[in-house]
Amino acid sequence: MSDYTTIIDSYKDKPGGIIEAYHALQKEYNYIPEDAITAAAEAFGMSPAQAYGVATFYSYFKVGPRGRYIIRICESAPCHVAGAEEVVSALESELGIKMGETTADGKFTLEFTECVGQCQATPIITINSKPYEDMSAEKIPAVLAEYK
Amino acid sequence: MTANTDDHHRKTVLVCCGTGCTANGARDVFHAFQTKLKDHPEIDVQPVIKATGCNGWCEKGPLVRIMPEDITYCSVAAKDVDEIVEKTLLEKVLIKRLLYRDPISKEQLTSHHMTDFYRKQYKIALRNIGEIDPGQIDDYIERRGYQALTKALQQMQGQELIDTVKAAGLRGRGGGGFPTGRKWQACRDAQGEPKYIICNGDEGDPGAFMDRSIMEGDPHTVIEGMILGAYAVGASRGYIYVRDEYDLAVQNLGQAIKDARARGILGEKILGSEFSFDIELVRGGGAFVCGEETALMASIEGRTGEPRDKYVFPTEKGLWGKPTVINNVETWANVPVIILDGAEKFAAVGTESSKGTKVFSLVGKVVNTGLVEVPMGTTLREIIYEIGGGVLKKRAFKAVQTGGPSGGCIPASLLDLPIDFDSLAAAGSMMGSGGLIVMDDHTCMVEVARYYVNFLAGESCGKCTPCREGIRALLEILTGICSGQGRMEDLQVMEDICLTMQEASLCALGRTAPNPVLSTLRYFRDEYVEHIENQFCPAGVCRDLTTFYIDPEKCTGCTLCAKHCSVNGIKGEKKQPHIIDESLCIRCGECYRVCTFDAIKLARRDRNEN
Repeated sequence: MSDYTTIIDSYKDKPGGIIEAYHALQKEYNYIPEDAITAAAEAFGMSPAQAYGVATFYSYFKVGPRGRYIIRICESAPCHVAGAEEVVSALESELGIKMGETTADGKFTLEFTECVGQCQATPIITINSKPYEDMSAEKIPAVLAEYK
Repeated sequence: MTANTDDHHRKTVLVCCGTGCTANGARDVFHAFQTKLKDHPEIDVQPVIKATGCNGWCEKGPLVRIMPEDITYCSVAAKDVDEIVEKTLLEKVLIKRLLYRDPISKEQLTSHHMTDFYRKQYKIALRNIGEIDPGQIDDYIERRGYQALTKALQQMQGQELIDTVKAAGLRGRGGGGFPTGRKWQACRDAQGEPKYIICNGDEGDPGAFMDRSIMEGDPHTVIEGMILGAYAVGASRGYIYVRDEYDLAVQNLGQAIKDARARGILGEKILGSEFSFDIELVRGGGAFVCGEETALMASIEGRTGEPRDKYVFPTEKGLWGKPTVINNVETWANVPVIILDGAEKFAAVGTESSKGTKVFSLVGKVVNTGLVEVPMGTTLREIIYEIGGGVLKKRAFKAVQTGGPSGGCIPASLLDLPIDFDSLAAAGSMMGSGGLIVMDDHTCMVEVARYYVNFLAGESCGKCTPCREGIRALLEILTGICSGQGRMEDLQVMEDICLTMQEASLCALGRTAPNPVLSTLRYFRDEYVEHIENQFCPAGVCRDLTTFYIDPEKCTGCTLCAKHCSVNGIKGEKKQPHIIDESLCIRCGECYRVCTFDAIKLARRDRNEN
């Protein structure tokens, strides 16, 4: 795992680069470590509060540790009417965790997301950004098996 | 907008590799074609296999098209590829089971262009989608790509471009409908260097994916549009802001920018002219409010995406305080066509006040879901019934939600409304980015309003009081009505809150947030009254107000409801009337929605029962 200062430094000279730096940090660690936020504040000439504000304003950035595979369930209207709720209960019972939680082995995290723009075949879930369409409770075990 | 004639004679296999088809295995189909064709060197003209962008007909994907015969195969799997190569490519025989069957006439159609879904469309912004490989700059060039740029750089002054766009009557496709030419003029006339061009690709409306489709399927048209805009206003630097959820769009745009630079289309002295311009790709972080232009610029600058007041427009003081033009993806995609074909041709399409076409993403309870591009002024009925094939399961149409969370719900009585920017606003909704969510009679309009307000409550940035507190108050009242706690005076209170938000919010998010509430109050007031006075949800959605029972006269004992019941609360013998066990029932309404015999009935829930 590369040091976060190296990551931050590579975006330092880019105006407004803090968001790209956060994207890169999250790609590496799956979340943004608090120390990295302080380091980013210094690199981009902001107060730690501002840098923390940016990290927590955007829903795709997380400051707390989470699983290796982030499973997001779309809760927007088209998925909602197509039965996203049923998919949520299937994922929760299959993984033994509730929405917002991470499995004990640090593998899976369940999160809600707003529309991911794949409304042609709802409900949708994404696993580390890869979309799975037309989900149903029956399809969940097979999808999870790809990652187990 | 025809393809280069040489290209017409070349045998081509087009495999749709948009996100929708890819999720259903389109990449496997594509690779299977590559492998299979290597085994058949005897085919004299080796077909060109292309992975194209999204055709918008994702429901039938993966789609494979064979040109020049124009054969479309639906739901193709990798295992079908052998047969397609051996029968269709070698023996010229159609494979009937892969053809699309018209659900009404039962006729098998050889090409997707013959279906109602495509026949009634008019493509400008989506002209290349599904026809080209978005990863190949030459595909775009073959279909008259970058010709508008060449024309502009060689024969036109910046002001002439602006005059052309003004004469064409192009209005911003992102929602507001502001005249694009006027925006450009203001930026050109503004003092300050450098000037910036931004493409807003932060498509966040639930149910909308037209911009994703364009960025994925035809990235060069966005780039060409932006270069033309930059030349017109004298900008030297551009940004494309894409939401992070759009992985494939980010990849394809990134590749397209690289290829354009390599050809001298982006960078210093573009195509040998004196004009220089370059584009950078910026990813969002998942915040709906960043679709608002000032919030988006704050985000590019690396700050929290909070909007600011617009007493001074971004065209004067925008990104880093410099004059900036920001337009939506679809707007940029229209620009090359206007410059190349002239303003008159574009202005001939559409209505008096809204020219050209609009792309809609048609989703929800409709037979054909997907992207639809039609001339402005097309009626909702034509889109939903003729192109969309009507409401799913032939249920009754109740409303269509337009314009995303800031839009409104339009009832059946307005289905014949010709839609453009102004007619939708007059109906209490808005064009928005073009989402159309069809709702049937199983939809509770109070719950729909509550859903959107709940979405906005999560997305309001919290900077100004009317939006932050107003949305929260609306949500509280709506939740109360849905759970049987509503009072009639709540309706007046909501209207007052909405008015305040419209008048006093800082940005468009807060000013338009009341639309879901106001439009449902306007067209579906009786449903609110039913919830409040009779404590009943006529659609059977609000759990605190409804209960279900089975009409033994109508129940055929088909067991469909019992199979769908997640709590095993429906009992009965096969072919005998079933009953619902009240003590187990969680009132999810799944049985009510799946029953095909209209045997599940709604009743008011006696709220003293538990």
